Amino acid sequence: MLLIACPWCGPRAELEFRCGGQGHLTRLTDAMEVSDAEFARYLYMRDNPKGWHYERWNHVNGCRRWFNAVRHTVTHEFHATYKPGEPKPDLPRS
Amino acid sequence: MDSKGMADAIPRLGALDHLGLAARAHGEKGAAGVRLAERRFLAKLNLRGDPNDHGFMGAVASVLDGFEPRIIPNTAVHTGRFDLLWLGPDEWLVVAADGAEAELEARLTAAVAPHGGTVTDVSESRTTIVVSGPNARDVLAKGCPLDLHPRAFAAGACAQSLVAKVGVILHRTDTAAPGEPARFELHALRSFADYLWRFLDDAGQEYGVTVMEG
Repeated sequence: MLLIACPWCGPRAELEFRCGGQGHLTRLTDAMEVSDAEFARYLYMRDNPKGWHYERWNHVNGCRRWFNAVRHTVTHEFHATYKPGEPKPDLPRS
Repeated sequence: MDSKGMADAIPRLGALDHLGLAARAHGEKGAAGVRLAERRFLAKLNLRGDPNDHGFMGAVASVLDGFEPRIIPNTAVHTGRFDLLWLGPDEWLVVAADGAEAELEARLTAAVAPHGGTVTDVSESRTTIVVSGPNARDVLAKGCPLDLHPRAFAAGACAQSLVAKVGVILHRTDTAAPGEPARFELHALRSFADYLWRFLDDAGQEYGVTVMEG
């Protein structure tokens, strides 16, 4: 069982969590002006790295709060979890 | 809505009434390792507000016997008449005796609304299963990923988690006095209560299960 550290509740079992996809996406402020292609890129296109990935997670069976995490997509290692609004941590070297 | 008036018109059915627990209840503790009980119809209010707003915290305390909501995650306060459980950084659950919900909701709402707080009566959404006895932790460990060891889950701790895949608000209500067995209150959505009860009843068989009065 993988333990994931909720920024509020501390380490909890992975089955209490849901992954919410890529993190740190910024909503378009000029959605009416951009081209369809640019809007589609914003709406549908996501990073798919083999390695470290900034993600949003929800402690859905716990405190139900969203938070951000840095997870390795191959090893599932969590490098960091942090509250929304907090700065992006640097990625580990490996 | 006047819940008392409704109760007179329509008999309330507890989530586990069909199991006939009252007939099975012994009331005495016996030698069983696990004691199960249902506390029906406890008043439960969902409270939201800004914990950094002293006005909000003071308003809650003015209604709840002087006790402010905890800002430390996964802890609860017991005021004598109320339990006040941490659910999130701006969310708490107030648990009180059956029938207290209407008046308490009105008083709390009047106190916290000027500070942007909200109160929602969620009494009917959950029922409360009490798991106690020397083997209470062993039974819960069969279905719950939380570390319930006293070092990790002290008296008065609360947490939201899963027990046998059922979402529960779990609250350790014993005081950790010497010789006092662990006691946990599980606030579970009432539609899952039948399954959860049967799971706990089955999981406790190896320790012996006694049904208690709620």
